[in-house]
Amino acid sequence: MSTAPDQGGTAASGPPGALLTVTGLQKYFPVTHGIILRRQVGAVQAVDGLDFTVTQGETLGLVGESGCGKTTTGRLLTRLLEPTSGRIVFGGRDISHLRPGQMRPLRRNIQMIFQDPYSSLNPRHTVGSIVGAPFRLQRVEPEQGIKRSVQELLELVGLSPEHYNRYPYEFSGGQRQRIGIARTLALRPKLIVADEPVSALDVSIQAQVINLLEDLQDELGLTYVLIAHDLSVVRHTADRVAVMYLGKIVELASSAQLYSRPRHPYTVALLSAVPSPDPGSRGRRTRTRLSGDVPSPLSPPPACRFHTRCWKAQEICRTTEPPLAELAPGHRAACHFPENT
Amino acid sequence: MGSPAAREMLEVKELRIHFPTEDGLVRAVDGLSFSVDRGQTLGIVGESGSGKSVTSLGILGLHQGTRAQVSGEIWLDGENVVRAPAGRVRQLRGSKVAMIFQDPLSSLHPYYTVGNQIIEAYRIHNHVSKKAARAHAIEMLDRVGIPQAATRVDDYPHQFSGGMRQRAMIAMALSCDPELLIADEPTTALDVTVQAQILDLISDLQDEFGSAVIIITHDLGVVAELADDVLVMYAGKAVEYGSADEVFQHPGHPYTWGLLASMPRLDRDRQERLDPIAGTPPSLIQLPAGCAFHPRCAYAALNGGRSEREVPALRETAPRHLTACHLPLWERRRIRAESVTPPADDPGLVPGEGAR
Repeated sequence: MSTAPDQGGTAASGPPGALLTVTGLQKYFPVTHGIILRRQVGAVQAVDGLDFTVTQGETLGLVGESGCGKTTTGRLLTRLLEPTSGRIVFGGRDISHLRPGQMRPLRRNIQMIFQDPYSSLNPRHTVGSIVGAPFRLQRVEPEQGIKRSVQELLELVGLSPEHYNRYPYEFSGGQRQRIGIARTLALRPKLIVADEPVSALDVSIQAQVINLLEDLQDELGLTYVLIAHDLSVVRHTADRVAVMYLGKIVELASSAQLYSRPRHPYTVALLSAVPSPDPGSRGRRTRTRLSGDVPSPLSPPPACRFHTRCWKAQEICRTTEPPLAELAPGHRAACHFPENT
Repeated sequence: MGSPAAREMLEVKELRIHFPTEDGLVRAVDGLSFSVDRGQTLGIVGESGSGKSVTSLGILGLHQGTRAQVSGEIWLDGENVVRAPAGRVRQLRGSKVAMIFQDPLSSLHPYYTVGNQIIEAYRIHNHVSKKAARAHAIEMLDRVGIPQAATRVDDYPHQFSGGMRQRAMIAMALSCDPELLIADEPTTALDVTVQAQILDLISDLQDEFGSAVIIITHDLGVVAELADDVLVMYAGKAVEYGSADEVFQHPGHPYTWGLLASMPRLDRDRQERLDPIAGTPPSLIQLPAGCAFHPRCAYAALNGGRSEREVPALRETAPRHLTACHLPLWERRRIRAESVTPPADDPGLVPGEGAR
């Protein structure tokens, strides 16, 4: 299949229906040396040139291994971090370099769900004050009062309104994650960035929270950016998936395309590494095993960043960086020798 | 050493580990029996608080001298760890049974080099010179796939990546050639591609050393990949125990069904909704009467309240397959037949040539 011309994604205002458009997003963390005379000796290239859009009402999954920059991306989208360069356009407005004060009114539209339900809730506050905090911080007076709204939110996420005066320690991990979700939903955000929302939970509870997130999306028309390392969770929840490796998107496609016909060798290796809960398939599956570890983002390999671990790497992979090219409608991969063509 | 009749490497009989607390007695493990043969792998699956890790600490004799009340028998190659004196247990630990912990960063000492930690463990059980122990440490690191082991042996744990630390832990555990290796969530802190490397390594080393392995995990995929036998635990008890093929092909306990249904799978067509288990795991201080799973079981009502009164015994329902459930077998087979969706033809994985 030939490389189709680049379309969408890079347009300044983004394609129609795009809630969030990201262009050339970069985040370098400086590495300094010395105590008094601090000089920069390098930079961790956590996120290095991301282009993607998120359409209203969809779920975009961001997958990758630790250190690939997925959490940094989430923090950039919510503007908890300032990008080194690149643009983030949310709802038609460039938010890439807004100051905290300018950002504050926008925060009600962009919210985050955190990974660890234990450390993301203040143990000294009651559930009522935790879930009601967004109203107070944003000085929003709901019609029926904060208490009533909080109780409605608790019901929405499957807790009981009587939990209003209880403390976080009285709840299990899954229930705490529900409290966190209720807080996220308080101001009816348009975009929710969920960073590993279920990875700290037990298997049976994971499924409850995944179902809850899906129900809330249908009910409230939410848009999610779901950051996760668990490929099966992402396949289940996301409409489109971006696979990241060392700060770059190596493949971006609809969930169905990506999982049935992965193009990038890294995606292939990632998928084949997931153990299948079927002992009968032990002999049948051909596995692609990557050797070694992910290189340091302090000095990533030149050109294609995956070439050090790739079994298809040729000379061109060490000299020329492959563009994230559209190999099939809606399916992009950054590889000189894609699979399944 | 030991009774000649003991065929199994490890046999656990009616193990109970209880912790007295201010709020009441925590029954972390409550009447657990299983065995592992040499060269075999047992997978223990369960959610947090089901007693998996407490069991493994019990096998290592690490509850001795604590407030834990341990009863029952743990036969390790013909010796009962529960009754053995502390000094003897210390000898067994490391040489006969070794453990790989979940979090390699907090299990390795940050002040000592990786090599020194392996040397220390080796010299406790073997009377060899420091030089010989060092050579052995390098050999072990090389065995588990640490590149340039001869120089990396002098590195500190923080200089290793997560996967390398776990390899170092495995090298340390295997340095004294244990006959039983317990891996407690060995890959939970690792990325999938590294997890695959470590799981391959454990099974390769098992083939090489012929040791028995217990792998404790919450990930059914990991168990299916490695285990010959599977033990499913719930609230300190075994609810299902059998060969991996039997348990995964014909799971017989509603809790096992729930676990299988609640995980999204890559090897099946994408389901519209996941089928979670209702409710949350029970408190170990106030276990529900009767079958501990009955408040969360969708089928508990089918046997007229028996689940609420009687604790179900672990009974054989097929050769090498035991389940603890009051529901008649035919009824469970019927429910299972109605609810299972046939697997997709193509697992959706089209990997390229292996790059090992």
